[in-house]
Amino acid sequence: MRHVISVKVENKFGVLARVAGLFSARGYNIDSLTVSQTEQEDISVMTIVVRGDDRIIEQVKKQLNKLIDIIKVTDHNEFSAVQRELALVKVNAQPAKRTEVYQIAEIFRAEIVDISVKTMTLEVTGEPGRIDSFIELLRPYAIKEMIRTGRVSMGKE
Amino acid sequence: MKISGAEILIECLKKEGVEVMFGYPGGVVIPIFHHIFNAPFKFILARHEQGAVHAADGYARASGKVGVALTTSGPGATNAVTGIATAYMDSVPLVVITGQVSTAMIGNDAFQEADTTGITRPVTKHNFLVQNVEELARIVKEAFFIASTGRPGPVVIDIPVDVSKAETKFVYPEEVKLRSYKPVYKGHPVQIEKACRLIETSKRPVIYAGGGVIASNAAAELAEFVKKTGIPITTTLMGLGAYPETDPLALKMLGMHGTFYANQAVHDSDLLIAVGARFDDRVTGNVSEFIPEAKVIHIDIDPASVSKSVQVDIPIVGDCKAVLHEMTKIVKPPQIQEWVDAILKMKKENPLTYGSDGTRIKPQYVVERIYELTKGDAVITTEVGQNQMWAAQFYQYTQPRSFISSGGLGTMGFGFPAAIGAQLARPDKRVIDIAGDGSIQMNIQELIVAVQHRLPIIIAILNNGFLGMVRQWQQLFFDKRYSHSCISFSPDFVKLAEAYGAVGIRVEKREEVDEAIRRALSETEKPVILDFHVDREENVYPIIPAGKSVKDMITRELV
Repeated sequence: MRHVISVKVENKFGVLARVAGLFSARGYNIDSLTVSQTEQEDISVMTIVVRGDDRIIEQVKKQLNKLIDIIKVTDHNEFSAVQRELALVKVNAQPAKRTEVYQIAEIFRAEIVDISVKTMTLEVTGEPGRIDSFIELLRPYAIKEMIRTGRVSMGKE
Repeated sequence: MKISGAEILIECLKKEGVEVMFGYPGGVVIPIFHHIFNAPFKFILARHEQGAVHAADGYARASGKVGVALTTSGPGATNAVTGIATAYMDSVPLVVITGQVSTAMIGNDAFQEADTTGITRPVTKHNFLVQNVEELARIVKEAFFIASTGRPGPVVIDIPVDVSKAETKFVYPEEVKLRSYKPVYKGHPVQIEKACRLIETSKRPVIYAGGGVIASNAAAELAEFVKKTGIPITTTLMGLGAYPETDPLALKMLGMHGTFYANQAVHDSDLLIAVGARFDDRVTGNVSEFIPEAKVIHIDIDPASVSKSVQVDIPIVGDCKAVLHEMTKIVKPPQIQEWVDAILKMKKENPLTYGSDGTRIKPQYVVERIYELTKGDAVITTEVGQNQMWAAQFYQYTQPRSFISSGGLGTMGFGFPAAIGAQLARPDKRVIDIAGDGSIQMNIQELIVAVQHRLPIIIAILNNGFLGMVRQWQQLFFDKRYSHSCISFSPDFVKLAEAYGAVGIRVEKREEVDEAIRRALSETEKPVILDFHVDREENVYPIIPAGKSVKDMITRELV
């Protein structure tokens, strides 16, 4: 099962390597990892998406908690957190196809951030599942390049 | 008044009560050594950084204090890594200080530069790269605190040379403030209560005690708990000495080379009470067949050790000492006389034994004689392999910190430098390194350190001309193809001892064993190498082959 683990860490050099090393040393694969600032200057937050059975996830959380620079580890499941991701997708869009692409973008409230003779580049944000759907819909137009930020997650009150 | 980073470091070490430090100088730590020259603590110059860290480790294990080592940058730091990893696997409190190139040079592939914090990250509890002299005192304070609290472990402080030279005012923090690090010592009362209820209704309980009991100085509390409940107890390799093995309820060691009765009792149990032990694969073998009918209570200070390999029914996160104390207060003894009688019968009928033709020296015999002639009042260190297992099996450990061995990492070359540290920590005790002819050659250079400091350490080499454990596995599981496990081409250990200024005694006959040990014990100013030429193809039994279970235990020579 996929888990989204939110980790508050001390904003110090080397912490990211420590966390990444913890995963690689145990052979756990990270689906995505984002690191960014929080409302407190000396605290960063990492959102880690990791797959594994209950035992592996339990170990991941315990091992993370063991690291000295980690302040708090929270497991965000789909219902208890707001989760967002951003994607940039460059599709082949010859002039004849542009209207169709534009319509898809409209439905997903995606922005067209670049356009060239043969391609269109779209930016979309939202829940990761929504981004999956958006990408699926664009696939028939031949995706030339695609990049996702990985998710960020914030617990609901 | 401003003082340099090097002076600040020395002041911090003084504040931490450091009495002895092990290490090796080099370019970037000369400013630190400049002040160590007049420091009020002892500095032991090892002959290799690995030896220095193992010695600090042996000191820590024998004394219960934090061991301290200092090396230079680059190769000094990388040489220390095996020692650090050894301490990490066995949860030993160490502070290892490494020099680093100046901050301006870091990342430039400078001379003798190595990414020490990067290299040591997976084998340390925590590590620090000091970036300016202002933070040095705080970091040293934190390093000692982290190393010695919670589940102990090694902490590395990497100090760039310009930080050692820079000056600032020395202020040692009164307390450590780490918002993210708060070890739990007291077990949860509800969990303790639940555990006690389960113990009271159990029919076939066994205690399985590990190195955590020794680390938390909980031997007295463990003894009280056993006395009140009457539950039989087995220990891990790291737990040897946590409970007196001379006691009838003691089942000695369990696991791959554990006793038949310990392994069988654990396998047949309906309740396993794990105390400061982590269910290592050398203990469990095949996890799915390990304890088919037992519920598990697990007392451990490290939550990550709980349910890591074996599913636990009642976890109690806390310090063994505090938790055992609480449990003893409220637990009622279970009705288990029948079970205890059955175990005692099994123990009587299946003792640890070995064959003897009366002439060749059996390695087990040497260990037994060391036990008898020291009356069990020695600190035993070991190398790794057959020597380690015979030392574990045929000596009776009755005191914590009397058995010092590399359990988790299995580091050959550990025992002798660790013995140096142990002897400095315990000048009142005889320290004996039970060694193999292979292992001893991995850090034999430290012999001169023992000679220099007049440490009367006895190195008992069980010399069989083989890397014995490798040969045993090749014999049992690899069609007797002794590929590169024969090391009969070894130095003359007697001459080697003499070359270093130590005493060397070769022992080739069984009847010479006692006299040689007595002679070694009479030496009070010099280390002694006892080179016992033992039966070459003797094996360690019982053995549960790796990944197998109790039913696959081989208890004696297969014909």
